[in-house]
Amino acid sequence: MTALLEVEDLRVAYGKIEAVKGISFSIEQGQIVTLIGTNGAGKSTTLRTISGLLKPAGGTVRFNGERIDGTAANKIVGMGLAHSPEGRRIFARMSIEENLQLGAFLRRDPAGIQADMDRAYTLFPILGERRKQAAGTLSGGEQQMLAMGRALMSQPKLLMLDEPSMGLSPIMMQKIMSTIVELRDQGMTILLVEQNAQAALSLADRGHVMEIGKISLSGTGADLLHDESVRKAYLGED
Amino acid sequence: MHELPQNLANGLFLGAMYGLIAVGYTMVYGIIQLINFAHGEIFMTGAFGALAVYSKLGANVSIWLALPLMIVGGVATATLVAVLAERFAYRPLRNAPRLAPLITAIGLSIFLQQLVWGFPGNKSARVFPQLPGGPFHLGSVVFQSADIFVVVAAVLSTLFLAYFVRSTRTGRAMQATAQDPDTAKLMGIDTDKVIVIAFAIGAVFAAIAGISSGLRYGQIEYNMGFLNGLFAFTAAVLGGIGNIYGAMLGGLVLGLAQTLSAAYIQYIPGMSQFGSQDWSGVWAFVILILVLMFRPQGLLGERVADRA
Repeated sequence: MTALLEVEDLRVAYGKIEAVKGISFSIEQGQIVTLIGTNGAGKSTTLRTISGLLKPAGGTVRFNGERIDGTAANKIVGMGLAHSPEGRRIFARMSIEENLQLGAFLRRDPAGIQADMDRAYTLFPILGERRKQAAGTLSGGEQQMLAMGRALMSQPKLLMLDEPSMGLSPIMMQKIMSTIVELRDQGMTILLVEQNAQAALSLADRGHVMEIGKISLSGTGADLLHDESVRKAYLGED
Repeated sequence: MHELPQNLANGLFLGAMYGLIAVGYTMVYGIIQLINFAHGEIFMTGAFGALAVYSKLGANVSIWLALPLMIVGGVATATLVAVLAERFAYRPLRNAPRLAPLITAIGLSIFLQQLVWGFPGNKSARVFPQLPGGPFHLGSVVFQSADIFVVVAAVLSTLFLAYFVRSTRTGRAMQATAQDPDTAKLMGIDTDKVIVIAFAIGAVFAAIAGISSGLRYGQIEYNMGFLNGLFAFTAAVLGGIGNIYGAMLGGLVLGLAQTLSAAYIQYIPGMSQFGSQDWSGVWAFVILILVLMFRPQGLLGERVADRA
């Protein structure tokens, strides 16, 4: 079985400072893979490079067998790789409906788009109730739902989520996490970046721990959840 | 109030022209936060492009046949200059510190003025063809064909732009790019293309304003973009930079402020020496300062507090 996403020896630099120092990992179809680690470990930089917002300084990224490192971000999304960025980044002055429509920007099948919008409203009913409302008026958790719904509108093969639990109440976080599992059960492949290691590892098939630009530890979600060094460093145990 | 309707009408004609130019400042600023100080010269090249077409046609051609061709020529010239400027002057500096593209814009402004000045012919002013008909009378207000041209052009252009931005796919891509360029890319939007389109639309509007100016005043000059560009930029800030309706509104407010101050300030006791045409620019900027003191985001500008 070939991997859907294959990252090999990826390096990313901001000027002279190397933020990602040669990491390799892959994601199989239908898996949830998580990158965990502290702030500044290079997790978001990794996602931003995979989705084409940043150009790598070295290494390769293969998606569906095709090299995508160096390809423009607006082309990569059309290949089936969606990125829901850190901080949600919804279009605050546009309505919920318009945000979802922008998620389907590259699609030309109005009927299919409508069907997927209805699906997003079923997944997150609150979005359907407020579809005409400006997205900026939503609460943090609702904005996260919108960001995920918007990313799904491109009909991705791989969904990358950057810190979806950031700043959310425990209840809202539960809701988001269970939605991620629900999406996987429907066949979606997910790359999840999280600071909340407990939540991420307990639902992930595989996890990678990032520390200052490198992957320091890899394993199944369950293995990492029970690994002593992970428990000490990220789960607040001593 | 002596001749108030006439002064209001004159302010409206002037303001419509400022508004047409201001749209270009505000669109480019709204998307890449660049104050394109060469935009006044885009306005100027639009007028010169139209005049060049007119000269090629020869004086025997009816103005009503020539005018559409002049518009095409002016619009094409201004758009070409704007798109080339974006591609070769501004795009390489997209990630440079803010000061670099700003200085480039000023340099480009001087370059374009001197380039046009260098063409053979009368340096100070070139005769621009006039529209026949008129003067028209509406009550006590007198106006010319060129005044009708600028008002109709401003109204049609604004309606078109409102439709374009709100209801077309490219327009929505433009809004998204203005709000958050990186996230727009993640939606699949080619933001480079959106930026080129913003420059092009600004140039189309500026060219129409340039032709309006030529038709109204009967002459054009290589440096006509300097003051008009500055006033139009002021109009864009006054209306709320980044907001296209704000640009039109700011243009009208500024045009009225200039015309009314030139007409009436002199009647205020003790102010007689501040009321002439020469002072109208001063009053325009007084209005700008007052508005910005109480509404720093401009008349229709939005406060930037988007992200929850």
